[in-house]
Amino acid sequence: MYAQMVKSTGTMKTREEMDERERAFQDRIDAGEKIEPQDWMPEGYRKTLIRQIGQHAHSEIVGQLPEGNWITRAPTLERKAILLAKVQDEAGHGLYLYCAAETLGVSRDEMTEKLHDGKMKYSSIFNYPTLTWADIGAVGWLVDGAAIMNQVALQRTSYGPYSRAMVRICKEESFHQRQGYSIMMKMASGTPEQKRMAQDALDRLWYPSLMMFGPSDKDSVHSAQSMAWKIKVSTNDELRQKFVDQTVPQAEYLGLTVPDENLKWNEEKGGYDFSEPDWQEFHDVLAGNGPCNADRMAARRTAWEDGAWYRDGLVAHANKRAAQRMAAE
Amino acid sequence: MSALVEFALRMGDNTLVLGHRVSEWCGHAPVLEEDIALANTALDLIGQTQMWLGLAGDLEGKGRTADDLAYKRDVWDFRNLLLVERPNGDFGQTLMRQFLFDAWHHPMLTWLSENSKHERVADIARKAEREAAYHLERSTDLIIRLGDGTDESHRRMQDALAYHWTYTGEMFEADAVDRELADAGVAPDPAAMKPGWDALVGDVLAEATLEVPDNHFVHKGGRKGQHTEHLGHILAAMQFLPRAYPDARW
Ligand SMILES: [Fe+2]
Ligand SMILES: [Fe+2]
Ligand SMILES: [Fe+2]
Repeated sequence: MYAQMVKSTGTMKTREEMDERERAFQDRIDAGEKIEPQDWMPEGYRKTLIRQIGQHAHSEIVGQLPEGNWITRAPTLERKAILLAKVQDEAGHGLYLYCAAETLGVSRDEMTEKLHDGKMKYSSIFNYPTLTWADIGAVGWLVDGAAIMNQVALQRTSYGPYSRAMVRICKEESFHQRQGYSIMMKMASGTPEQKRMAQDALDRLWYPSLMMFGPSDKDSVHSAQSMAWKIKVSTNDELRQKFVDQTVPQAEYLGLTVPDENLKWNEEKGGYDFSEPDWQEFHDVLAGNGPCNADRMAARRTAWEDGAWYRDGLVAHANKRAAQRMAAE
Repeated sequence: MSALVEFALRMGDNTLVLGHRVSEWCGHAPVLEEDIALANTALDLIGQTQMWLGLAGDLEGKGRTADDLAYKRDVWDFRNLLLVERPNGDFGQTLMRQFLFDAWHHPMLTWLSENSKHERVADIARKAEREAAYHLERSTDLIIRLGDGTDESHRRMQDALAYHWTYTGEMFEADAVDRELADAGVAPDPAAMKPGWDALVGDVLAEATLEVPDNHFVHKGGRKGQHTEHLGHILAAMQFLPRAYPDARW
């Protein structure tokens, strides 16, 4: 999802292996209590959370780029305004999430630098391009749709500030998804060219959206500890299944074809059978070889480096004012 | 074209083109708070555009909507100030353009909301005025902080001021349209806005330790449809979809 393959630090311990503090901590989590910044927590819990919340925050920030790509070309003033509001929301999500991560003793600047040095990741989905206006619809519908699956679950995560950030974010995400779907409705019921754009967007973004949930549970090495700590609350496959089950009827309603020959309703499990994405592609994208990785990172680094004089200027001004106040006292 | 339609186009084209410019920063600002603030500013400006161009279309009476006016006119029919189409440059250049515009825009909207004899004009101005007040507050604050920041930020802000300065005079030029509207009590005489602007800009630049450029040349033409080379490129991007797919509904 926005947090994919987050490495959890520390090996899973049995109750017997835990010391007293660790046992008390686990008991609180098992009882559904929220952990707050001032509470004691195992180092592994803290580090794993920083990675996950940081990755989530970075995803919101990098996620501005593929959508920002169409703001100047939005086809009506209304669509332009809606897209601007959406991208503004995403930047706001980044801000809440960085604040949540900062409660764990890491600064936003540190996390930003790690992102720029390639030491922290962002979701693979934002390394795919937005090539036509229908992609803006598909991103809202599928990408925000997938994000919601995960984030709704994460409202129940054990870390208080993260959980509260998710509650705020979820309200906005469902609005984004509806707006995206509304673009898809127009496109899918529009001119032949618009329909072609809509189908093409679904063809290109379907599997990358499924990848957002991360590798299959059987290959997901970091999940067990994160689940025990309730940093993760649902497994990758559970969420992916839920997403497919929700999205396929929406695609049908649009009159679009999900690009999967194996897609079939399975009465017995009460869900769809579907093809897995190409995991090799997923690993290639994570390794930096997606279609947009280099451009996304270059854009973020340039923004940061070109903005250094601005940030320094503000700090210098604040220092001057503080010195003046001191002198006046 | 009636003077009122012309006036509504001038107001709406200013906010449309500046909104476009500001939105070009999306995801590229120096700090996350600026990404948010710029998206918010662009959003306000696009919202104001919908009101002004909507009014222009209604008054014109040919059934053109705000979108028709935004997406289906060529450069020579655009009526915005040259200032707002000037390139973003570095962040200082963008901020300076915003400040110089806000220092005119906010008092203009205030006048319209308090005095305009045209009800819809006054109404739109009332809605836009609150947003413009916030834009002015924000740009003023940043001009002061960056002007009086580091040597580099000071130099960049001074350069930005020089870059835009000769494009500010156009805001105070009056033509037949302005005179007709001023006589009818619909809009202020543009020249009457100048002393207030000079005072405000002078105070802010002084606090920012920036020098008012000693160049009194005035570039003009935007309000008559004679633009810089930049506007054509803005429209090429903005209008691409409706132009390429004229039968489509979005
Ligand atoms: Fe978001
Ligand atoms: Fe998002
Ligand atoms: Fe979203």
